[in-house]
Amino acid sequence: MDFLLEVLVGGLLSGVMYSLVAIGFVLIYKTSGVLNFAQGAQLLFAALTFVSLVEREVPFVAALAITLGAMVVIGLAIERFVLRPLVNQPPITLFMATLGLSYVIEGASQLLWGAQVHGLDLGIDDAPIEAAGIFISQFDLFAAGIAGAMVLALVLFFRKTRTGLAFRAVADDQVAALSVGIRLPRVWVAVWIAAGVVALVSGLLWGARLGVQFSLSLVVLKALPVLVLGGFDSVAGAIVGGLLIGAAEKLAEVYIGPLFGGGIEGWFAYVAALAFLLVRPSGLFGQKLVERV
Amino acid sequence: MTGTPLLVVDDIEVVYQQAILALRGLSLSVDAGQAVTLLGANGAGKSTALKAVSNLLRAERGRVTRGRVLFEGQDIGRLDTADLVEAGVIQVLEGRHCFPQLTVEENLISGAVSRRLRGRALRAALDRVYDLFPRLVPKRGINAGYTSGGEQQMLAIGRALMARPRLIALDEPSMGLAPLVVEEIFDILHRLRDEEGISLLIAEQNAAVALRHADHAYIVENGRAVVDGPAADIAARPDVRDLYFGLSASSERTPHAPGAPVLTESP
Ligand SMILES: Nc1ncnc2c1ncn2[C@@H]1O[C@H](COP(=O)(O)OP(=O)(O)OP(=O)(O)O)[C@@H](O)[C@H]1O
Ligand SMILES: [Mg+2]
Repeated sequence: MDFLLEVLVGGLLSGVMYSLVAIGFVLIYKTSGVLNFAQGAQLLFAALTFVSLVEREVPFVAALAITLGAMVVIGLAIERFVLRPLVNQPPITLFMATLGLSYVIEGASQLLWGAQVHGLDLGIDDAPIEAAGIFISQFDLFAAGIAGAMVLALVLFFRKTRTGLAFRAVADDQVAALSVGIRLPRVWVAVWIAAGVVALVSGLLWGARLGVQFSLSLVVLKALPVLVLGGFDSVAGAIVGGLLIGAAEKLAEVYIGPLFGGGIEGWFAYVAALAFLLVRPSGLFGQKLVERV
Repeated sequence: MTGTPLLVVDDIEVVYQQAILALRGLSLSVDAGQAVTLLGANGAGKSTALKAVSNLLRAERGRVTRGRVLFEGQDIGRLDTADLVEAGVIQVLEGRHCFPQLTVEENLISGAVSRRLRGRALRAALDRVYDLFPRLVPKRGINAGYTSGGEQQMLAIGRALMARPRLIALDEPSMGLAPLVVEEIFDILHRLRDEEGISLLIAEQNAAVALRHADHAYIVENGRAVVDGPAADIAARPDVRDLYFGLSASSERTPHAPGAPVLTESP
């Protein structure tokens, strides 16, 4: 029983990190209808920039601030030079644009910082600690705490601020938002900056866990089953979806894994998402279309 | 009332997607404190005219290719929609377009985003709307998507009012609503005009209601305003009665050839 609990908690904790990556997608998808494929590249760029600065003896906090600044600038530039000129284009065009963008960002990272693998040490032990009779990884706990705080901050921002209200209005009905005088470019800028910050935080957390290397940009692929489960347009869905995938993955690894000779963690989430997709195409929390004529 | 009208649409031509000619030289004007209605068949160009006024064409890949729109004598063609809202022109879209997942109150607040209201000023602006639309009060915490069509129309008008407009362009406010609700909405529009001096430009299919409440009417056909006059005069014209009320026996005559003018300027 304790063992089950231990696996479950471990899964939920890594699930929070999935949630965070998924939220980066949801933010942009909700407001501009773009599935931002470049999210992974942004994440990689953030982690790589941070780690390279730290390796060059830049103090931790300064490196964090500089990376944050870079992410903001990138967010602004993407909105201004890629998405704004493509406004009112079909979604597939926008998706292709972000696909191209991801290669540009990855290329720029490589040019700037080289291609070698870096270790990222956030100063947190991975040693397990004991709580209530079960062992939990200290790093997982820390990462989940940070990711959770980030998610909470975003939710509060969208619920409590005027920009947050404008964001939700744009997400709900873009034409209506335009008609009441909401400045869409401003909302988009805010969203891209937020997505950049999310990329930074998740880049550092994932980078610390997996090492900072080019395959880090593939972490976003892990967000896809989460999005399928939670719905592409729901922040709450991204949170719950991340937790479910994280927990299901770990439980499956431990309890069904042996039947397949182990190693199912890599693909279990995708199969689960596929199965789920067949039952509920709009996700757990996807837009219930409330519409009246 | 001053000599210059509040809004002047001067001989505009509008093209969608660089191919579809929707307005071909439409002109109209709205005086301060006046309610003006645009009548016309499906596809005549009423909605396009309103979108040209409130600068919403760009979102549909439409463009004014000739002529000008003047608000208080200023050419507003180059302003973006948000600037225009700040200048005092706002549109209530066809089909209301409330934000379905926002509550009724959040919908109203969204209308004031451009004014950066907060605290007491925001409360006062909200109360003014609730005064006009008491039906919204019990619904304030409910998602707009779950309110009735009439309530959504009231909400859309209320949301526009939060921006403190001087001209509201309304696209078919009566669409799909029961006659009693339509009356209620037009009565409130009336009050807005009389008590607050807000000018109205209303596109309507429901000519009977619109003519009863408007001061002046334009009839739009094939992208042009072909007839205009005081609403009462327009309502009395037999040809208009035939076409838009379907009241007289001659309404069963054969339909006119597409593209051919149906109404001509009265002598
Ligand atoms: N987004 C668009 N893209 C292309 N053509 C359009 C668009 N919107 C309108 N049109 C065309 O422009 C013309 C005028 O349309 P508009 O919607 O202004 O008419 P309307 O008088 O409002 O009609 P209705 O009474 O049906 O609302 C029509 O021929 C229509 O097909
Ligand atoms: Mg129309």
